[in-house]
Amino acid sequence: MKIKLLLATVLTVSSLGLYAETPAEKGLKIAQAADVSDQGFSDFTANMVMTLKNRAGKTSRRIIRIKTLEGKGDGDKSLSLFDEPADVKGTAMLTFSHGLKPDDQWLYLPALKRVKRINSRNKSGPFMGSEFAFEDLGSQEVEKYTYKYLKEEACGSGWKCHVVERTPAYKYSGYTKQVAWIDTKEYRPVKVMYYDRKNSLLKTLNATGFKQYAGKHWRPATMAMQNHQTGKSTILQWTNYKFKTGLNNRDFNKKSLAR
Amino acid sequence: MIKKYAESVIKLRWVLLIASVVLMLIAASGAKNLFFNNDYHIFFSEDDPRLKAFEDLQNTYTKNDNVILVLAPKDGVVFKTDTLAAIEDVTERAWQTPYSIRVDSLSNYQHSESVEDDMSVANLYEEASELSADDLARIKDIALNEPLLRHRLISEKAHVSSINITMEFPKEIQDENGVTKAADPTKQVSEVVTEVRKLKSYIEKTYPEITVYLSGIVMLNNAFGEATIYDMSHLLPMALLLILITVYLLLRSISGTITTLLVIVFSVVTAFGLAGWLGIQLSSPVMSAPVIILTLAVADCVHILSTWLSEIRHGKDKKLAMVESLRVNFMPVFLTSLTTAIGFLSLNTSDAPPFRDLGNVAAMGVLAAFIFSIFFLPAIATLLPVKEQKKETHTLKVMSSFAEWVIAKQKALLIGMSSIAVLLIVLIPINELNDVFVEYFDDRIEFRRDTDFISQNLTGIYNIEYSINTENTGDIADPDVLANIKKFTDWLNTQPEVIHVNTVTDTFTRLNKNMHGDDKSFYRLPESREMAAQYLLLYEMSLPFGLDLNNQIDIDKKSTRITVTLKTISTQQVLDIETRVDQWMDENIPKLKAIGASPTIMFAHIGMKNIISMISGTTIALVLISLILVFALKSWRYGLLSLIPNLVPAGMAFGIWAIINGEIGLALSVVTAMTLGIVVDDTIHFLSKYLRARREKGLGAEDAVRYAFSTVGVALWVTSVALVAGFLVLATSSFKLNSGMGLLTAIVIAIALIVDFLLLPPLLIKLDAWLNKDSKVTETVLAEIKTK
Repeated sequence: MKIKLLLATVLTVSSLGLYAETPAEKGLKIAQAADVSDQGFSDFTANMVMTLKNRAGKTSRRIIRIKTLEGKGDGDKSLSLFDEPADVKGTAMLTFSHGLKPDDQWLYLPALKRVKRINSRNKSGPFMGSEFAFEDLGSQEVEKYTYKYLKEEACGSGWKCHVVERTPAYKYSGYTKQVAWIDTKEYRPVKVMYYDRKNSLLKTLNATGFKQYAGKHWRPATMAMQNHQTGKSTILQWTNYKFKTGLNNRDFNKKSLAR
Repeated sequence: MIKKYAESVIKLRWVLLIASVVLMLIAASGAKNLFFNNDYHIFFSEDDPRLKAFEDLQNTYTKNDNVILVLAPKDGVVFKTDTLAAIEDVTERAWQTPYSIRVDSLSNYQHSESVEDDMSVANLYEEASELSADDLARIKDIALNEPLLRHRLISEKAHVSSINITMEFPKEIQDENGVTKAADPTKQVSEVVTEVRKLKSYIEKTYPEITVYLSGIVMLNNAFGEATIYDMSHLLPMALLLILITVYLLLRSISGTITTLLVIVFSVVTAFGLAGWLGIQLSSPVMSAPVIILTLAVADCVHILSTWLSEIRHGKDKKLAMVESLRVNFMPVFLTSLTTAIGFLSLNTSDAPPFRDLGNVAAMGVLAAFIFSIFFLPAIATLLPVKEQKKETHTLKVMSSFAEWVIAKQKALLIGMSSIAVLLIVLIPINELNDVFVEYFDDRIEFRRDTDFISQNLTGIYNIEYSINTENTGDIADPDVLANIKKFTDWLNTQPEVIHVNTVTDTFTRLNKNMHGDDKSFYRLPESREMAAQYLLLYEMSLPFGLDLNNQIDIDKKSTRITVTLKTISTQQVLDIETRVDQWMDENIPKLKAIGASPTIMFAHIGMKNIISMISGTTIALVLISLILVFALKSWRYGLLSLIPNLVPAGMAFGIWAIINGEIGLALSVVTAMTLGIVVDDTIHFLSKYLRARREKGLGAEDAVRYAFSTVGVALWVTSVALVAGFLVLATSSFKLNSGMGLLTAIVIAIALIVDFLLLPPLLIKLDAWLNKDSKVTETVLAEIKTK
């Protein structure tokens, strides 16, 4: 008995020693694994319908087509083409996302027939008046946050999730922290809770309807963002995902915006 | 029958004593449901169309619950590194305020300009300590020329600057177990105020050169609570002390004074306990009820105890003396309590819920006082030891010579009093409506002092908001719509009452200039709808967290909010400009017409709305009370005559008010109905004694007047003095709705006594023939009742 107990203790202690990752290390590992799991998509296009809802229950719709090129070494490049509202049809936005440096952004205004640079340290601002900030929609590079693993719990439709707290490393972020639920199997981001500068819960993102594309890459069909403080919400509905369509750098420069 | 009751009260005094205490405690346990609501919204009923318009506006745009922090450097220079650094620091810290969703200040103002043909949107300045003299001059130039800032965040003289924190209070909160429950708005406000005051003391400690002033809607709500706490801690003890002194001087009996104290405390506790059971919310007006109940409850006690003590002094045993006192006083005390309660209950027709609550709580207090006076008071009084004191009163002599004087001068008094009454009533229309909510608080309340400073130095506190609605999605960018909004804005800026107009057209003109290399000739509205929409999109994309455009534009870009800041003006002037704006919109932009909505507008209408709604309440009270009088006096002619001493005092009081104050509004709209039930007491006492003399004793009119004066003259004088004193205590409230109501009520009660003493007797003598035309019938009826 005594030996057994001793053995158990030794085993426990040694296993603790073996896997004695700090929560920070474990969190970072999960983020890296998630990053790796989605690598190699090279490019994709999709259509997005964005529905805004205010406290009074009134809704407003925007329709956007998205093209994204996977970044090598640096962040992704993406092009957003606005179809609705009618007044801004033909407007296009080009974003080169970077890790900790401010993103580069340009907007093509058809009414002026000119490309204007968006001076954008302000990643925290709302995207087209919605509850999504630029920083919620931009590519989630690993170095944008520091991480802290919290726990594992059930989530989504019978999945298991890592719950990871992440603190933005970017000075101008609108958040003090985010808590993300990432499923243990495929690293799909199921839910994110956002905390504002006074560390109050600001909003919650729920992603549902995940589908796998090109045999590897999981994308949600619906992303619902609820603002807990203002009662406003925004729903993104994604359709027509296409991967590896053969886009390249020439499709993502200032000239390509006007097309 | 009454005698039987009186005897059994004495017999069962221990039972009644315990039963009273138990009942009081049961009622009092309802107090656990009481909570104080300091939200200014409670002054408006839910179906108030202006409240609805305002709520719609609040649901469409960012809410405007806010705290304004005004930073005033002692040397009056905002544009120097020290002050700007302080503003920058405070702006950062302001984001930590609970429930804050937006912070606007000079430092985080999103200034847009053209830089190398691109549009740059950034904080007006950063790292203020490193700014050069040139930078400071440039920032000052931008700030003072920006319509969004001047008169709003920076004064014209650049000597004070404000930081505006916008809050969003959740209506429901989740506790730790994830259970949703209703939030406590009063607690939320006090959380914010605690933090903001901490911030204020931080600023004044870190930057000793800067003085901080606090205002805004959240501070207004907080002031309702603080004014009430001030009143409770100052007025209530004062009223209690004053009443006990008066009662002691009158009764010259310590037991009697203790008995009175117990009855009035029981009455107040019972009323508020029942209020808790009924789910009534406490608010500043309701909190004037304790003083009112105290004051009114005293009258019941005084009537019963003074008869009792005088019987004892005439050698009766204290139990027998009580039986006699109850026999004599039961009916008058019952009738006066009933009429007083009716007067308060008529407040239920008021348009402002807090005054309905006040009416109900006071009515419950008055009825509780009646119950305790006839069951508990006899029990406790006869159990306490009474020291006998033989004392001759001289007042009786004074009263009879006063009666002689009134009878001798009856003609002169009739003419003189009538002319004074008519003269004062004619003055009533001089009163002007005024419900300016900042002035609801006097200088003792910090909110009033700080808000006065802000309106004198920076910007107005009163505003009107218009939500301009267009037909289709995105129409806000339509050139015609924008041109019309600009026309409206320009016209508003020419109005003498207007300090500032916050309008989206200023943003569009600035963006148009930015998009054309900051060329001043492009400081005008964009030419096409697409341009306007796309500039706005670009600008929106560049704004940081919390500084979005939803405070001005709805999510569908279909509606826009225009906020008009006004000087400190009277309610009448607010109503004037509201009407003028309506007319201008009808004539110039009928399709875009919107109704003005804001707390300022809601309060501007509240006085008149309540005066109108109280007309029906006053009428109902008048009819009921007159019927009671007809019944009590057993003559419709006397009942009709009693209208004069019942109604004239309120009329005269409003005339006097026109001379001494001249401002009426929400609080005073309820005074007529409320005082009706109180002043009628004097009439009941005087007329019933007069009629007893006239009918039972067969005295002539003049002798009956003498009799009435000698029997109730002193009692009326004393109770009126006590009532006036009690309401004068209320008049010292720091909360204008309570102090105005207290003062005017005191005036009404004082005049009622004067009218009962100086006008009623000459009238009774003059109209004697008409009054007694059908008296034969009543006399026989009365005789029959009497013999039973």
